[in-house]
Amino acid sequence: MKKAFVTLGFALGLPAILVVLWWIATTVSPSFFVPTPGELIVTFVETWFGPRLWVDILPSIARFGIGVVIAIVAGILLGMLVGLNRDLRAFTEPVFEFFRALPPPVLIPVLLLLFGPTDWMKVFIIVLAAIWPVLLNTIEGVRAADPVQTETSRSYGISGLNRVRYQVLPSAAPQILAGVRQSLPIGLILMVISEMFSSSSGLGFSIIQFQRRFAIPEMWSGILVLGLIGFAVAAVFRYVERRILRWYHGLKELENAA
Amino acid sequence: MLHDTPVPIDTVSHGRTLPAEETLLSVRNLKKVYSTDGGDIEAVRDLTFDLGKNELTCLVGPSGSGKTTLLKCIAGLLAPTSGEVVLDGKVVTAPPKKMAVVFQEYGRSLFPWLRVADNVELPLKNAGVPKARRTELVEEALANVGLDHVPRSYPWQLSGGMQQRVAIARAIAYQPEVLLMDEPFAAVDAQTRADLEDLVRKVRKTLGLSVLFVTHDIDESVYLGERVIMLSSSPTVVQEDLVVDLPEERDQLETRSMPRFTELRHHVYEQIQLAKRGFRPDVAATK
Ligand SMILES: Nc1ncnc2c1ncn2[C@@H]1O[C@H](COP(=O)(O)OP(=O)(O)OP(=O)(O)O)[C@@H](O)[C@H]1O
Ligand SMILES: [Mg+2]
Repeated sequence: MKKAFVTLGFALGLPAILVVLWWIATTVSPSFFVPTPGELIVTFVETWFGPRLWVDILPSIARFGIGVVIAIVAGILLGMLVGLNRDLRAFTEPVFEFFRALPPPVLIPVLLLLFGPTDWMKVFIIVLAAIWPVLLNTIEGVRAADPVQTETSRSYGISGLNRVRYQVLPSAAPQILAGVRQSLPIGLILMVISEMFSSSSGLGFSIIQFQRRFAIPEMWSGILVLGLIGFAVAAVFRYVERRILRWYHGLKELENAA
Repeated sequence: MLHDTPVPIDTVSHGRTLPAEETLLSVRNLKKVYSTDGGDIEAVRDLTFDLGKNELTCLVGPSGSGKTTLLKCIAGLLAPTSGEVVLDGKVVTAPPKKMAVVFQEYGRSLFPWLRVADNVELPLKNAGVPKARRTELVEEALANVGLDHVPRSYPWQLSGGMQQRVAIARAIAYQPEVLLMDEPFAAVDAQTRADLEDLVRKVRKTLGLSVLFVTHDIDESVYLGERVIMLSSSPTVVQEDLVVDLPEERDQLETRSMPRFTELRHHVYEQIQLAKRGFRPDVAATK
């Protein structure tokens, strides 16, 4: 019981200190550009717990969710294909490296011209940006499959799709999930940027609108919403990863203890 | 009591071939050359021998003499450079259904993301064995190796000897006719090793398997085998093929203290020493 309190104290300590500092700073020298914590909370509730929840937050989350899911699924499928085929790997690697090196936001103007400011264009840009870490990590994970495990599969006649399912995918899972972890914030960034460029709704759009109208507390509250979404996404990811990779964490713990 | 003339040791300086009806597996003029960036490595030069039905044959040879290479060729995991392996009248070109392998690196051959029982079950699941039958086979195999108390553990939570038993359980649950074991007990302690040796003899008998058991431990080869095939140093040929005429029932204390055991062990030891010093029957024969 006492230990739980201590842990909680450590986790909440720094945020509490920061909020207090912020509160002192904004109370001592009020600024038009920075609201006090109290103002921010009030604005936050007023601004977002209303029609904006449906008009701005949910569409943004939907674009992000769909884009990221497509990126993950496509990245894993493509990565399996390429990782299991040496020729295909040699053939595609330079191209992949090039596209990965390209900063994704530069594609937004191009895609805007090609597809117009539609929802699918935004999903597409999220996919294009978020797929690389998953794809490249999957290729690497598949390529690094333990040869003894592969021989075991072969000797027991586990081949083709069954081998992918029973051996290749689980053994590459730690690396694949490391890729997913990187791709989530990238997806979120592209969601915001694509909405700032072109939209009539969404979080990125709203934040820009508030800024243009000098609705400063509202603008800050939008940033708070984004932060909370990012935090929630990371938490969900951590939970899922812990479940899928329970064996891996156990194994690593044991290795570290030895 | 009169001390009669010593019983001659039944041994020949080439691999034995058997009549077709007694043969389960034949190795014919097997040669394996690895092509690497640093040039070709001739791991196995020319091996010919047969394995009988329900026979436990041990294969000994110096380190690097190509034992693992031979086993992988037999298992259909490596394509021989020339020669062939025939199982039940069919040339082996891919891993046969009737064969199971226990790898030298047993720890790495178990899937760490699967629990013990799931590891044992996987080959059966892949082969499409119905669930009820699978459960039965898995339980039986785990009981056979004395691991029925840890089905829900992960392999990496177990000791080396237990992991090795999981690998053995997986192999026997697969119900092979031939079991290939590559230095399976090299990394376990002496007591566990003795237990595992008896385990191999027991499952061989109860399940009617043929076993090819690779080891570099001379005592182990004589204690376990009905036959010991000794390999020369690389490039590898059969140095000698010896029949172990010890009683069928083996016992760690009794069998190992028999005079005959000592004689056979002595003989194998000498041959391996010869092999290490580079004596080769193929060269000796042409002189
Ligand atoms: N994949 C490979 N590529 C190239 N050379 C190899 C390969 N595998 C084995 N060799 C070589 O073939 C020879 C025989 O190796 P092998 O592993 O079959 O010997 P072994 O009798 O099993 O040895 P040990 O008792 O140490 O397990 C060695 O010289 C080894 O270096
Ligand atoms: Mg070996």
